[in-house]
Amino acid sequence: MSDWPLLSLVIFLPLVGVAFILAIRGDDEALVAQNAKAVALWTASITFLLSLLIWAQFDPAQGGFQLVERAPWLTGLGVDYHVGVDGISLWFILLSTLLTVVVILGSWHSVQSRVKEYMIAFLVLDTLMIGVFCALDVVLFYLFFEGILIPMFLIIGIWGGPNRIYAAFKFFLYTLAGSVLFLVAIIYMYVVAGTTDLPTLMRTTFDETAQFWLFWALFASFAIKVPMWPFHTWLPDAHVEAPTAGSVLLAGVLLKLGGYGFLRFSLPMLPDAAVEAAPVIFALSVVAIVYTSLVALMQDDMKKLIAYSSVAHMGIVTIGLFTFNMQGLQGGIIQMLSHGIVSGALFMCVGVIYDRIHSREIKRYGGLAERMPAYAFIFMLFTMASVGLPGTSGFVGELLVIVGAFQEHQWVAFFAATGLILGACYMLWLYRRVIFGGLVREDLLTIKDMRTNEVVAFAPLVILTIVMGVYPQFFLEPMAASVDDLLRHLDATTTLAADGP
Amino acid sequence: MSLSYVFTTLPELALLVAGLLLVLLGAFRDGPRGAGLVTAGALAAMVLALVLVVLGDGTTASAFGDNFVVDGFASFLKVVVFLGAIGTLLIAQPYLRRSAVERFEYAVLVVFSTAGMALLLSANSFLALYLALELTSLPLYVLAAFQRDTLKSTEAGLKYFVLGALASGMLLYGISLVYGFTGTIAFDRLAELYLDGETRLPLGALVGLVFIAAGLAFKLGAVPFHMWTPDVYEGAPTPVTAFFAAAPKIAAMGLTIRVFIEPFGAYIADWQQIVIAVAIGSMVLGAFAAIGQRNIKRLMAYSGIGHVGYALVGLAAGTEQGVQSVLIYMTLYLFMTVGTFAVVIALRRRGQNLEEIDDFAGLGRQRPMLALATAIFMFSLAGIPPLAGFFGKLYVFLAAIEAGLVWLAVLGVLTSVVGAYYYLRIVKLMYFDAAPEPLDRGLDPELRTVITVSALVTALFVVMPSPLATSAATAAAALLQ
Repeated sequence: MSDWPLLSLVIFLPLVGVAFILAIRGDDEALVAQNAKAVALWTASITFLLSLLIWAQFDPAQGGFQLVERAPWLTGLGVDYHVGVDGISLWFILLSTLLTVVVILGSWHSVQSRVKEYMIAFLVLDTLMIGVFCALDVVLFYLFFEGILIPMFLIIGIWGGPNRIYAAFKFFLYTLAGSVLFLVAIIYMYVVAGTTDLPTLMRTTFDETAQFWLFWALFASFAIKVPMWPFHTWLPDAHVEAPTAGSVLLAGVLLKLGGYGFLRFSLPMLPDAAVEAAPVIFALSVVAIVYTSLVALMQDDMKKLIAYSSVAHMGIVTIGLFTFNMQGLQGGIIQMLSHGIVSGALFMCVGVIYDRIHSREIKRYGGLAERMPAYAFIFMLFTMASVGLPGTSGFVGELLVIVGAFQEHQWVAFFAATGLILGACYMLWLYRRVIFGGLVREDLLTIKDMRTNEVVAFAPLVILTIVMGVYPQFFLEPMAASVDDLLRHLDATTTLAADGP
Repeated sequence: MSLSYVFTTLPELALLVAGLLLVLLGAFRDGPRGAGLVTAGALAAMVLALVLVVLGDGTTASAFGDNFVVDGFASFLKVVVFLGAIGTLLIAQPYLRRSAVERFEYAVLVVFSTAGMALLLSANSFLALYLALELTSLPLYVLAAFQRDTLKSTEAGLKYFVLGALASGMLLYGISLVYGFTGTIAFDRLAELYLDGETRLPLGALVGLVFIAAGLAFKLGAVPFHMWTPDVYEGAPTPVTAFFAAAPKIAAMGLTIRVFIEPFGAYIADWQQIVIAVAIGSMVLGAFAAIGQRNIKRLMAYSGIGHVGYALVGLAAGTEQGVQSVLIYMTLYLFMTVGTFAVVIALRRRGQNLEEIDDFAGLGRQRPMLALATAIFMFSLAGIPPLAGFFGKLYVFLAAIEAGLVWLAVLGVLTSVVGAYYYLRIVKLMYFDAAPEPLDRGLDPELRTVITVSALVTALFVVMPSPLATSAATAAAALLQ
């Protein structure tokens, strides 16, 4: 079993599902849709189970890359098909495969038009998401990284809301503009270092000027993906217009690409520039936390509110990553995972009532607790997790980041903590307006509680949120060796160690 | 001795002889049936020529007193040009049938023009270059005006002819200046002339080089000599436009590379700025001017200008890697552009050919597979991975950065973001919008074949990029040895 190309299998299995769905023909549209959904669910589930196998084979004691596969690809350039996982990417792969299953289940009834294409788009997206986290070659990484734009553009544009075309174009062009500079940076690194192999590049030292330019070129790409203030404006549009499943993956996985990029590229390859840029990153993150939290307070649209809260939460992530200490880095990673689950789940919560009432306006709702007790419970759990209540996943990440930030800059920790308070304000207020109060609207009087497929889709997210909150060590342990490696590498290559605590 | 010439020029001879025989055949068997026969013959001749080039032993050989050279570089591009000619001749058949201009001259003209392109790629002196260029261009002028009953087509033919003649004149003038100041028109001797320590051309020859560059830029459709492309692309019958966009453009690119690298390779300092300026102009214009277009053929014209600009970025590097990148770029561009034009020919409503961009609306629902292929071409033209177009850009920008032209690469990627907008607009029309009226059903077998092959190559290039890259590297090495 161990000599199987397990990672490649996981990466490309969804494409096999795509081939099957393409082969489904017939005049009975309902039957075709039913079959397409079944194939997609099976494929995504098997992919998820196989990705659990990666976890089972993963040795947490090692810091380096494992399950490595390598095959010649662009032979003239020496670019290889090179994949592998470490303690950091492992979790993102699991997150991607899990969320794909969840969204396919979640949209079982809500997707009505072009079901075949819908499932194809999500399976292709699955492949690209897994690939981007497995890639150990920069060109390969870029291939997956930018390839994600294609299915996401179609998902927003075809199945999105009324303003979907504007949102899809904005999403695509905004992200592309950042990514192309990343491409130039990749090529430049190749020209200087003579390789695109990620582990080798991590050990390459670039001179100071080159580091400066490379860092900001990468920053352009990752800051837009994260998104950091002031590059976040595409996010509310994309989130609001995207169908529920699209929003879930956008918030759950795609935003993590920015943070993952910082972790994989900016920190290990360009350590000096990263240390130098840390104050700027802190400043932007702090603005993001405070400003977008305030903006979130004022939203009438549920999805927009959660989208802005995403920007604020990702601000905490970027602070954590640039503290350059164990707590901060681990906190940043945990916060990314937690945000992936929690904000994904919150978007699904919005999707549940949107499917029934077809409105995302907060004012349209109220008193849902009466008719939808199960829904109210699940929504509450994720609201609390988003606020950072102890015992939920959100708490662990935020606490670790604030502890990490406190060691470096007290004021950064102070502002990050303000974000928690503001987060409590807008989330609890949202919850109160939607769930509590009188059930006055007529169409709400007959609203039905959650369907089975929705409950099943939420179940793993509920479990993960609580497990991550109660026993974070479960997630921290496998990544410890990798984060430790990264920190030692940073200490060795920068002057930070001398004046750090 | 003369027998060895025959072997060296076998593919070109095959095409020319086939062309003459096909004229005879067509004269005796007139009408649609004769046209079908001639077309089949033309396709067979081009496939034969392709096979002959592929079977060639790959060593460098020359003929006709060194006016003609066969090397890996010429052979590589000949294969690409022949592929383009075959593909565009195939997709022309349904169009000609429907437009009731199914005449045997079409295939004959394509064969002669293709033979001219093959000679062009092997030209080793300015005299051979000029003769081959005229053999290429004259049939093209006629082809542009092939639908002689329509105003647009005749206008396109005339426009192309007048401007083409002007460009030929400039080219000739440049050649005469180079000859006057150096005393030779042979590429080999030009290359050796100033090798001993000299790095700048004499002023007169430099002026000549500028004129030659202008003539070549016209043939490429590069800024600032691009003005004819949108009009001619729009006016000419769609399969002719496809042919223009595929074969002659690639042949002209090959020629441009050879002229700059072989006789003037030592003087890169003199011509690099010309190529850079043309590349920047083409990339910027191709990106911005296409945004406002409503006609798909005009859009493809501007897109073609932009793509020539990207390819020239590779040439601007002036290195072996640069030449390799241009070869890869143009090969991949061929598949995307021929595929796109095949889709345009396939789009019909109530028997009428559709050329407006808005006619793509709702294609995703009505013709899912056709829309999928078009989406592949569009994302690939925009340079989005994992499609083939991305690899073209990767190699080109890699060559530029390796040659120290980082800013040029940055400019290139930024214009590609602007350019992505109008490719996305077509995807948007196909998938996000509804069709006003149903499109005609059915897909001719020729179109189906060409679209399928092009889409598969474009989408699956990522799986095996090495063979093309390796053979392009060999071809580039043959030129620069």
